Amino acid sequence: MSERVAVRKTYKLFIGGKFPRSESGRSYLVQSSNVSLASRKDARDAVVAARAAVKGWAGATAYNRGQILYRAAEMLEGRREQFVALGIPGDEVDAAVDRWVWYAGWADKLAQVYGGANPVAGPYFNISAPEPTGVVAVVAPERPALLGLVSVIAPAIVTGNTVVVAASATEPLAAVTLAEVLATSDLPGGVVNILTGAITETAPTLAAHMDVNAIDLTGVTDAALATDLEVKAAENLKRVLRPAPADHDWTADPGVAPMTALLETKTVWHPKGV
Amino acid sequence: MTATTTSARSELSELGRSETALRTFLHGLPGVDQVGAEQRAAQLGTRSIKTTAKAQAIDLAIRMVDLTTLEGADTPGKVRALAAKALRPDPADPSCPHVGAVCVYPAMVPYVAEVLRGSGAGSGRPPGGPGQPHGAAPAGLGIVHLASVATAFPSGQAPLEIKLADTRAAVAAGADEIDMVINRGAFLAGRYKEVYDEIVATKEASGDAHLKVILETGELATYDNVRRASWLAMLAGGDFIKTSTGKVPIAATMPVSLVMLEAVRDFREATGRQVGVKPAGGIKTTKDAIKYLVMVNETVGPDWLDPDWFRFGASSLLNDLLMQRTKLTTGTYSGPDYFTLD
Repeated sequence: MSERVAVRKTYKLFIGGKFPRSESGRSYLVQSSNVSLASRKDARDAVVAARAAVKGWAGATAYNRGQILYRAAEMLEGRREQFVALGIPGDEVDAAVDRWVWYAGWADKLAQVYGGANPVAGPYFNISAPEPTGVVAVVAPERPALLGLVSVIAPAIVTGNTVVVAASATEPLAAVTLAEVLATSDLPGGVVNILTGAITETAPTLAAHMDVNAIDLTGVTDAALATDLEVKAAENLKRVLRPAPADHDWTADPGVAPMTALLETKTVWHPKGV
Repeated sequence: MTATTTSARSELSELGRSETALRTFLHGLPGVDQVGAEQRAAQLGTRSIKTTAKAQAIDLAIRMVDLTTLEGADTPGKVRALAAKALRPDPADPSCPHVGAVCVYPAMVPYVAEVLRGSGAGSGRPPGGPGQPHGAAPAGLGIVHLASVATAFPSGQAPLEIKLADTRAAVAAGADEIDMVINRGAFLAGRYKEVYDEIVATKEASGDAHLKVILETGELATYDNVRRASWLAMLAGGDFIKTSTGKVPIAATMPVSLVMLEAVRDFREATGRQVGVKPAGGIKTTKDAIKYLVMVNETVGPDWLDPDWFRFGASSLLNDLLMQRTKLTTGTYSGPDYFTLD
């Protein structure tokens, strides 16, 4: 009997709940694997998928979103060994699962903490409620490949945003594997879209795209590129999150700021009877 | 014109006189190779149209759009807004062309006419008989045509007098194009003469208005039927043949449009009269529209690449065309937030 030939994996993009190759047909060799090299058209397709998913995801109940994120954490835990095999330290995988669960818990609590009744000088009942910003483009940090990625995706989607993520160019395997986790955890297609490849190619398209509502530049290390992206983002007044400092400690408590930065406050005035 | 063509022409014009002659002719048309047609249509969808060719195709497609709203919920305000959009689809860019026509229910025609009247200058069209290019809309109407569906759209299941009254009312209200539906019940039952006579009568009732004949291909079941219905509509004097009402699940498809394009090509060869084609329903993206334009160019040739001879019946297509146009001019992907909803 001949010896069995192992099936080698092609790492693809994650758009709208599916795993397509790049529209351009390109790939690049990184971490000894062939990984899709996303083009600007892939970025556009990802934005279309993310926009289509906003209504259902933002409209889902906070409790439901939380449950789905807990489910994702379970799947992540189940694939621990796979991430370790990709070279992610076990501690980092554990921290990533913990962080995911921590954010999942905020799903049905954030509105209570950051919304509420406002005292106003008039016969009105006045309430404020935080609402998701919409489609968020995210440049994920180069490393830590998994913890950094989870730390930018989870706070954006827990409140009802959908994201298009430009994953780490040098360590993209963790991102594609995380996509497989998300694809098996009841997360509706299009809520998280992941592009692998050159940041310089995808990020400018996302920053200039008129149908993107916010951009998180956390993973941008090149100051000139960051400036360029901010200028592009100004065209339709996107919310911009500035790049993280080089010495950012990813294991530290992130606080709620990553979530609240991608929320808009809606205030309702309601006449109050005597 | 050769002697054979002339005799063929007079022979064809005689067909409508008897049920038997019509049936013999329509059933004598060569059958459609279903697999071949589908494969050819799919192949034509693979052409790559980029940069300047794409820009040209987008502008042509915008000029070919019959901006349509056919809802029970249509209001005067909604159709007025639609008519304003037809005249100036992209208010931010004066170089953007206007669309081909606005297509509404007869009751909404007066409100559209109000907006279109007086738009654009010096665009008089002599009332064209059959086979004449439509040209610019009549002087009274301005640069964008006004199409009205009629004849008990979309089912066509009403007595003939009512269908004709429907048509006359639409023309009287200001429509210069009539989109009629054929009597599918009669067609499928094989009563071709009845269908033929209805089209002839509607053509007469429309007067100078151009007549588009909706075959509702989604209900015709086979490509052979589509070919027969196309010929029937053209023999009866239709100026355009249109695929669908947009009210049944299967609307315009590439293979069906291919069969219809081949029919208008063969009809012009046989009679010398050119008939237009209008796929309607289900064409939502710029990519789809460009596929159709490629198909027109490669099957019937550039003679049909003009809003007088080819139209898209669509509503959401226009916004996608505008977004793609904006992308080409500004280099930035646009979003639906920057275009009107209807």
